[in-house]
Amino acid sequence: MAELTYLQAISDALRTEMRRDKRVFLIGEDVGVYGGAFKVSLGFQEEFGPWRVIDAPLAETAIIGACTGASMMGLRPVAEMQFADFVSCAWDQLVTVAAKQRWRVGTPVPIVVRLPSGGGFSGGPFHSQNPESSFAHVPGLKCVCPATPEDAKGLLISAIEDPSPVLYFEHKHLYRRIKGEVPEERYTVPIGKARTHRLGKDISVITWGAMVYTADEAAQQLENDGVSVEVIDLRSVMPWDKAAVLDSVRKTSKVLVLHEDTRTGGFGAEIAATIAEEAFEELDAPVKRVAAPDTPVPFSPPLEKAFIPQVEDVVAGLRDLAGY
Amino acid sequence: MATETAVDVVMPQMGVSVSEGTVTKWLKREGEQIEADEPLLEISTDKVDTEVPSPASGTVVQILVQEGETVDVGTKLAQIGGSAGTAPAPAPAPEPEAAPTPTPVAEAPAPAPAAAPEPVAEPSGNGKFVSPVVARIASEHGIDPNQIPGTGRGGRVTKQDILAFVESGPAPAAPQAPAAAEAPKAPPAPTAPAPAPQTGEQVEPVSAMRRGIAEHMRRSLDTAAHVTSAIEVDMSKIVAARAALKKEFQSAYGVNPTYLAFVARAATDTLKDYPYVNGELRGDSIVTRNYVNLGIAVELADGKGLIVPVIRNAEGLNLLGVARGIADLASRARDKKLLPDDVQGGTFTITNPGGYGTFHGTPVINQPQSAILGTYALVKRPWVVTDEDGNDAIAIKPIMNITLTYDHRLVDGAYAGRFLRDLRERLENWEGDGT
Repeated sequence: MAELTYLQAISDALRTEMRRDKRVFLIGEDVGVYGGAFKVSLGFQEEFGPWRVIDAPLAETAIIGACTGASMMGLRPVAEMQFADFVSCAWDQLVTVAAKQRWRVGTPVPIVVRLPSGGGFSGGPFHSQNPESSFAHVPGLKCVCPATPEDAKGLLISAIEDPSPVLYFEHKHLYRRIKGEVPEERYTVPIGKARTHRLGKDISVITWGAMVYTADEAAQQLENDGVSVEVIDLRSVMPWDKAAVLDSVRKTSKVLVLHEDTRTGGFGAEIAATIAEEAFEELDAPVKRVAAPDTPVPFSPPLEKAFIPQVEDVVAGLRDLAGY
Repeated sequence: MATETAVDVVMPQMGVSVSEGTVTKWLKREGEQIEADEPLLEISTDKVDTEVPSPASGTVVQILVQEGETVDVGTKLAQIGGSAGTAPAPAPAPEPEAAPTPTPVAEAPAPAPAAAPEPVAEPSGNGKFVSPVVARIASEHGIDPNQIPGTGRGGRVTKQDILAFVESGPAPAAPQAPAAAEAPKAPPAPTAPAPAPQTGEQVEPVSAMRRGIAEHMRRSLDTAAHVTSAIEVDMSKIVAARAALKKEFQSAYGVNPTYLAFVARAATDTLKDYPYVNGELRGDSIVTRNYVNLGIAVELADGKGLIVPVIRNAEGLNLLGVARGIADLASRARDKKLLPDDVQGGTFTITNPGGYGTFHGTPVINQPQSAILGTYALVKRPWVVTDEDGNDAIAIKPIMNITLTYDHRLVDGAYAGRFLRDLRERLENWEGDGT
């Protein structure tokens, strides 16, 4: 096994699939000659040629439309939105066409849309969002949010294999900060299966993406207080691993749902509601949410820090639950 | 902050299932000043006793429900007036059902000021909020969560608190035995003052044993899936065997070979082939045994209680041993000479309500056992018998009904049926057992 960054693991997955399956191709803004805004596809055009690593015009709707058509003709397109925020331009192609196609006429739409998402680097309102809950709400789309290099590779390969459109939310703040052992061979991580990032018995934190690390640091602090915190990394928000979450809730009876997306209508609301519906008699405290406030992401570093849930926010939430 | 307008104090909702409460004490009198959140009165419900804080500062203008009265949740109890309007109300004779009385201090139609505090969802209150998981565990174990010291916010009982309480609680083996009195569980403080007795009623305190029985019976029904199967047994051979043995047993050993002893003896043998009937569902495990500790339900005089002493290792006793064991336990139970060990560790219980002629019943399983056998009146009944040539005839036979009440979580109906069938065959073909 090699130690790869989160970003290298994504490249590794793409390279692995493109080498083994000629149907797989990349399309996006600057993915070819430039190697991608974040250099995920650096050197790909040299290896696979311009017809499999396609530089697209600044037209997200055209990129997704092309992918949808190509997938219906039997190809396995992987689109890159330069920033997840820009996917809003492609809403119609994704939501009206790609998501519905399989249900409308029965043809699979095996496309992957890579969405560099999340904040933490003063990218401001157009380059920092986490729009997973909007798409999780659209029947027919799948949404995955890997947190570790190993999952980044395994989930991307699963996404490429999957017959449905899969939105792959890759967190920019993890690209070069997070390193981990990644198997060199091809493997998959099942979509819809959570992972226990940290075992605990007193409080469960349900989270995904970059917040897994925030939760883990907060859990470490609570550990010093003698409170044992379990961190569940959902890995996929649609479909999401309800069974794993409910199992953890049954064990701890106290839950904190954490996400970087804004609070109202965030996917944490769905999780909290499900826990209330299906595990009410297991609860020993109200389900708590820690999330960003309902505003656009600010540019200013101090404001952005106030906006994105920080370790101390999670610690405060956990302490409140511990003392309940 | 003094209120300008009058504020109503109502009987708070103290729990989802609580619909009424009793005013036990007024801490302020009409005309006295009170600060917001200062205790105004004490109330008692069937769940808790608590103080009700004043929702506002001002004067206690009117008290509408007197001490000792029980009223529905939401009933207006008193009115707190603004500092400006301290004129005493033209005190109407206290109306328990609090018709909306004219508010002498209201200057404008006051929007009902955010009602009285709602201790239900308010964890700070008196720590009486019971979380869903605590409520569930309490109900599964038949515990009143208010008996448990809480370590949560405001003294709330947490999941850990109740789990620790369950862990260290009284041994579940024989809580209804007098020995259970040794359990350090203080009798729960009377939560609500009982309504005064009506004419013709007599009141006696609940004894520790009665409380134990009540708790044990309720918990068993909340725990096990009770199912009862019955079988009719032709006791001809037992009647004959008993007649033959009775004189010898009484003269040589001073023991009466009761029908109960025969059934106990046959049941003990049958249990060997049906380990689940003699087993226990313990957490995630099923426990079976190579021995039978046979509990015999014994009634104390005058309906004062029931106790289930245990014949240990009944599988090693012959009829005489069983009969002797039953007689010994029964007499010591009635003389209050049982030792704690005599009432613990039972694996199967027999109850015999048939002495008074009952022919059927559905006893409650003695937790944590899985089954209880009931034996009923031996009566002569017309019975169809078939002779060797296959001809049916009606004969007069001594018939006893026997029931097996079992926990369907562990014991299935067909399995229980086979147990009863084998027990009947043992009794109908009794050939003595070396006594």
